[in-house]
Amino acid sequence: MASSSVAADMELDRPNLEDYLPSDSLPQESPRNLHLRDLLDISPVLTEAAGAIVDDSFTRCFKSNSPEPWNWNIYLFPLWCLGVVIRYGILFPLRSLTLLVGWIVFFAAFFPVHFLLKGEKLRSKIERKLVEMMCSVFVASWTGVIKYHGPRPSTRPRQVFVANHTSMIDFIILEQMTAFAVIMQKHPGWVGFIQKTILESVGCIWFNRNDLKDREVVAKKLRDHVQHPENNPLLIFPEGTCVNNQYTVMFKKGAFELGCAVCPIAIKYNKIFVDAFWNSKKQSFTMHLVRLMTSWAVVCDVWYLEPQYLKDGETAIQFAERVRDMIVARAGLKKVPWDGYLKYNRPSPKHTEEKQRIFAESVLRRLEES
Amino acid sequence: MGNASSMLTQYDIEEVQEHCNYLFSQQEIVSLYERFCQLDRSAKGFISEDEFLSIPEFSLNPLSKRLLRMVDGLNFKDFVSFLSTFSAKASFNQKIELIFKVYDIDGKGKVTFKDLLEVLRDQTGSFMTEEQREQVLAKVLEEAGYTRDCTLSLDNFIQIIDHPGLKMEVEVPID
Repeated sequence: MASSSVAADMELDRPNLEDYLPSDSLPQESPRNLHLRDLLDISPVLTEAAGAIVDDSFTRCFKSNSPEPWNWNIYLFPLWCLGVVIRYGILFPLRSLTLLVGWIVFFAAFFPVHFLLKGEKLRSKIERKLVEMMCSVFVASWTGVIKYHGPRPSTRPRQVFVANHTSMIDFIILEQMTAFAVIMQKHPGWVGFIQKTILESVGCIWFNRNDLKDREVVAKKLRDHVQHPENNPLLIFPEGTCVNNQYTVMFKKGAFELGCAVCPIAIKYNKIFVDAFWNSKKQSFTMHLVRLMTSWAVVCDVWYLEPQYLKDGETAIQFAERVRDMIVARAGLKKVPWDGYLKYNRPSPKHTEEKQRIFAESVLRRLEES
Repeated sequence: MGNASSMLTQYDIEEVQEHCNYLFSQQEIVSLYERFCQLDRSAKGFISEDEFLSIPEFSLNPLSKRLLRMVDGLNFKDFVSFLSTFSAKASFNQKIELIFKVYDIDGKGKVTFKDLLEVLRDQTGSFMTEEQREQVLAKVLEEAGYTRDCTLSLDNFIQIIDHPGLKMEVEVPID
C-alpha cells in the first residue's frame, strides 16, 4: 500500500485529471434554495460508483483480449491439433536449442571480452555487438516477424528514445537493431542476473518503483547519461508499466525534462498468432516467454518517429502528452488519463477531496440563497 | 481467459436472471460475468474490498467506503442483483430503496440524523465544519417538516425524493 507521501509525489506527473474525468456530480444549474431532497438524492454519486464497477477505463488497459477460437469445426480441429503438435513438439525444442546455443556462444565471447580486453572503446564496441546478437537470437527463438519503419536511431549525445510498453520483449526487439541503454525496474531471478551482468555493459539505470527518494537519484542519472557522448542512446518506457497494446496510460514526465531531443518509437503487435501483452500480475516472464516460443510467430511493427523538442512555453507534461499523441496515432492505440502506477497503488486522495470541495461549496452557496 | 459464457451455463444465466428479476438481458449477464472474473483476480468467487479499490474511478468516489460495505464479498448472483438497481428497467422505488440502504448502512430500517450527518461528511470532507453540516441538515429537515431527532423510513424517502426524472442508470457494455 502506498504511503500518502508517495501518492502525493505521483501527483507531479499528472496533468489535470479533472479534464478527463466526468465532471462533478452536481448538475451545473443556477443556485436555488436547498431542500431536503437535494441532500438525500445521492443518485449521481452512486451512479458514478456503479459505472466504475461495471466498466472502467483503467482496468481496460490491462485486459488480455483472447482471440476467437477457430478450431470448432470437424476438419479445423484436427488441423489445430496438428498445429499444436508441431508447435510444442518440433518448434519449441528447436527454438529452445537455438536459444541455448545462442547463450553459450554469447557467454563464451562476452566474459573473456569483458574481463580480459583492456581497450575501453573496443571492448564496449564488441559488447554492444554481442548484446545485439543475443537479442537477435531471442527474436529468432519466437520467430519474430518485425518490420522496422523509419530512419534507424543514430548514436548522438543529447537524445532519448521513448516507446510504448507492452512486454519486456519490447526492449529485446528494439535492442536487436540498436544497442540502447535502458532504465529498468530491478527484477528478481534469472532476469535480475542478466540485468546485473550483461545489461550493465550497454548502460543501465536502475530504479525502484517503491522508493520515493529514488526519483531524484534516477533523474540525475538520466541527465548525466544523455550528456555523455560515449554512452549508448537511452531508451525509456514512459508509461512505467506494461499495457495491453490497445491503450496507453499516461507518460511520466521524467524523460521529457532532460533538455534534449525526444525520439518517439511506436510499437504495435499483431495479435494474429499470439498476444504479446505481458500481464505481469498473471504470469512470470519465463511463462510469458514459453508462451511466445510455443506460438507460430510474433508479428509486430516498429516505427521510428521524428525527434521532438520542447516547444516554447510548453511544460514537460504537455510535451509528454504531445509525444504520446504521436505514438498513439501511429500505432492505432487509445489514450486513457491514468497513471500506470495505479496498478500498484491507490489513487491520491486529492481527487476525492476535489469532489468533496465542489459539493461542499455548492451546498454552502445554495444555503446562502435560501 | 477463454470465452466467458463457456464457464457460465445457460442454466446459470437463467438463474441469475431470475434472481435479479429479469432486469438484465442474458447478454448483459454474460458481460457482467466477464467483468466479475476480471475483478476477482484470484478466482475466489467474490470480489474483495482490495480488488474493488483497485478500480481508480471507484476508489476516488466519496461514498466508496459505504458502498464497499454493501458489495464486499458478494457472489456473482448478488453482484448482479446489486447492479440491477442501476438498470434502466428498474423501478423508481427500487432505486430509492438503494439510496435508503446507503444511508441506513447498519440496516436498522430507519435513517437517523446521525446517518444523514455521516453521508454528508463523506461527501464534503474537510470543506465544511461539523457545525455547518449539522446546521444545514437541521435547516432542510425543518423546512420539510421534520425535527432533528426524527427518524426517516423508506416511505419518507420515497415521498421526499419525489423526482420522477431520477437518473440512476448504468449501461452494461456488450462486446
